[in-house]
Amino acid sequence: MTNVGTNRVKRGMAEMQKGGVIMDVVNAEQAKIAEAAGAVAVMALERVPSDIRAAGGVARMADPTITEEVLNAVSIPVMAKARIGHIVEARVLEAMGADYIDESEVLTPADDLYHIDKNDFTVPFVCGCRNLGEALRRIGEGASMLRTKGEPGTGNIVEAVRHMREVQSQIRQIQNMAKDELMVYAKETGSPYELLLQVQEEGRLPVVNFAAGGIATPSDAALMMELGADGVFVGSGIFKSDNPEKFARSIVEATTHYQDYELIAKLSKDLGTAMTGIEMSTLEDHDRMQDRSE
Amino acid sequence: MTTTIGVLGLQGAIREHVKSIEACGKQAIVVKKKEQLEEVDGLILPGGESTTMRRLIDRYDFLDALISFGQSGKPIFGTCAGLILLAKEIEGQNDAHLKLMDMVVARNAFGRQKESFEATIEIKEVANDFDAVFIRAPYILEVKEDTEVLATYQGKIVAARQEHYLATAFHPELTDDHRLVDYFVKMVDESKSQRLASAK
Repeated sequence: MTNVGTNRVKRGMAEMQKGGVIMDVVNAEQAKIAEAAGAVAVMALERVPSDIRAAGGVARMADPTITEEVLNAVSIPVMAKARIGHIVEARVLEAMGADYIDESEVLTPADDLYHIDKNDFTVPFVCGCRNLGEALRRIGEGASMLRTKGEPGTGNIVEAVRHMREVQSQIRQIQNMAKDELMVYAKETGSPYELLLQVQEEGRLPVVNFAAGGIATPSDAALMMELGADGVFVGSGIFKSDNPEKFARSIVEATTHYQDYELIAKLSKDLGTAMTGIEMSTLEDHDRMQDRSE
Repeated sequence: MTTTIGVLGLQGAIREHVKSIEACGKQAIVVKKKEQLEEVDGLILPGGESTTMRRLIDRYDFLDALISFGQSGKPIFGTCAGLILLAKEIEGQNDAHLKLMDMVVARNAFGRQKESFEATIEIKEVANDFDAVFIRAPYILEVKEDTEVLATYQGKIVAARQEHYLATAFHPELTDDHRLVDYFVKMVDESKSQRLASAK
């Protein structure tokens, strides 16, 4: 018997992306540059996060023409973003053949209370998280892959680092908890208890966790791998830099060889200017994409 | 001397294969540099993205080292992307990668992610009830005479062996069923004892 859309198939797809770089692209040409540079997948969208930030207003799923163009341009997997809680945008992307859906806080949430029930879909989902509770709630809803939220479109790594460290340190914390303590922890952090038990037993999340939100240089990518990320998403960092091809290649190599510091030094030479960054304290509360969902 | 099996560690499901090799009682190492190939008796090319792996293979002069590793008689097992790396011919592409196994393969032949599936299949010499996970999987269109077809699914070839090369379109590393890796481990043991015998 053939079974599609099983947990193993959905989570397994993310396992195959490990150690790789997933790049944001807005057209076929960028998708081909990303593929040639060694990206393991591309994220098709209408605008990269820094442009969404600059444009303001409501950010929605990309025009299907763009997604279709990217789907036809490359042989690597194509991911696409749907608004948080927007069941129909997600269904449309699934129908179009997107390989993974990012239910993403980079777009303006469509539902301020509920995320999509992702268990119901054949296509797998990736969601953002800032801590263990948020990670496990998303898995509970059916996410097959996680990524740190970071702060998208800022070129500032500090939030992604905070979120990765938070998840890792909370996983370590619960290792030593008794079962009764774990139940209270579940209550306090809003974590599904059964998933907490599983994490306690295995010492890691049941799905792959990538870094995202602020990665702008090869060293940034390597830092996130060092902190335990399974791979990285690079949004604005590549096509907002001076030399996208070179940046893309260098970030791919730095992710694979993240502990080879001489190599990373070489990769970082004469790269040209990285994207312009934003210091967190200059962001107003309503500009913080990471706080758009719990 | 213990048998050591390497897992090509450029990208993909590396950790799972390491676990599987260790569960079969052998030592596993992650091969990130071509010099490390000298330390291993057999090699697994894991699942992942074949275009990404190829780019990294080229960047670090891995290609010739991998080809001579295979030609020296040391066993190689490719899963999914690994199967594509091993094939002599890839449908729709002018060139292939390691070109070690006499077969023609088609990439993403079972479709996109939403068509990805798992199914119980029979693998000759290994198991008659193997839970196989296919993810944007390729299949083998054609094999040459000396290549043995080990498994088919809906008429498509999904596992094959040619001498010391083994390839599957699915991912045994995503399950806790180690029978296929165990089969490969035996291939490595055999080739190692043959090499030791001829060295005497």
